[in-house]
Amino acid sequence: MDTLTVWLLIAGLAMSSFVTRGAFISLLSGFVPPPPLQRALRFVPVAIFVSLVVPELLLASGQLHLAVSNAKLWAGIAAIATAWRTRNTLLTLLAGMAVLHLARMLNG
Amino acid sequence: MVALPGIVSWGIISGVAMIGAGLTPLAGIAMSVLVYAGASQLAALQLISAGAPLPLVLLAGFVVNLRFTLFSLSLSPYLRHLPPLRRALYSYGVSDNGYALSINYFNQHPDDPGRDRFYFGSSVLVWGSWQVGTVLGIVVGASIPSSWSLEFTIILTFIALVVPHIRDRASVAAALTAAVVALATAGLPFRLGLIISAASAIGAGILVEYQKSKAPSAQES
Repeated sequence: MDTLTVWLLIAGLAMSSFVTRGAFISLLSGFVPPPPLQRALRFVPVAIFVSLVVPELLLASGQLHLAVSNAKLWAGIAAIATAWRTRNTLLTLLAGMAVLHLARMLNG
Repeated sequence: MVALPGIVSWGIISGVAMIGAGLTPLAGIAMSVLVYAGASQLAALQLISAGAPLPLVLLAGFVVNLRFTLFSLSLSPYLRHLPPLRRALYSYGVSDNGYALSINYFNQHPDDPGRDRFYFGSSVLVWGSWQVGTVLGIVVGASIPSSWSLEFTIILTFIALVVPHIRDRASVAAALTAAVVALATAGLPFRLGLIISAASAIGAGILVEYQKSKAPSAQES
């Protein structure tokens, strides 16, 4: 990759980062969402993060991988249970990584 | 602020990817400071390494970043009263983890007048952890065995962040919809599936909430 392409890439991505992030905090900060939209916004965290997490746990090479040998699925279940019980991010991380590597070891 | 280990390891992954794609350490650091968007950087680097034309790569990076616009809209009521420069700085600081932590805090402390300082503090910590991770990835990343699966830590962090938000029937409906639609649309390019499944999940949440408000005698969930 040549130097110009690298810096054009960085500049372009930086711009898109700022525009997407600043859209309503900076650029259109005068926009007050009508009440129905405000109620909809409470679902944003669940909508985005569940959409990011579930395919990582259940898909392998784009295919549904529902099997005992799916170490990420076990790790995810352990992490969800830990997060539910403790509300502690570090414990969730440790439980998930421990189960991930344990499941891989058990599967050989 | 215990989400930080996941962010550091995600930063390491990004640092490794940038060096792997042929960026110099300086360009890598510039990218992580100026772009500051792990998923978007990884998607762009993957595409450009595969020989995709620059406009397409930028479009992909933009689509991956679209979730920030929802975060921006969701945070705006809490930051609207601040001066423009502060809001510009806060815009730059929007991140997955900072957003989830802050929205959690705002929900729990609806009357805290200094809540934007919570947002600022968590954003600074997330930003710092990310940059530390990136530099580590650039410097020592190649010697970390891929069998450690460090990239999985960010998924575990997201799990820890999202679970407290699933607390009533409407949010359960949103979560189930997000899960099903995300699986069904995972094959779409540029992670367009993320936008489709997020929109469907928000729709499902609204629908369930609306039905509940139409039937006030229904069991409170």
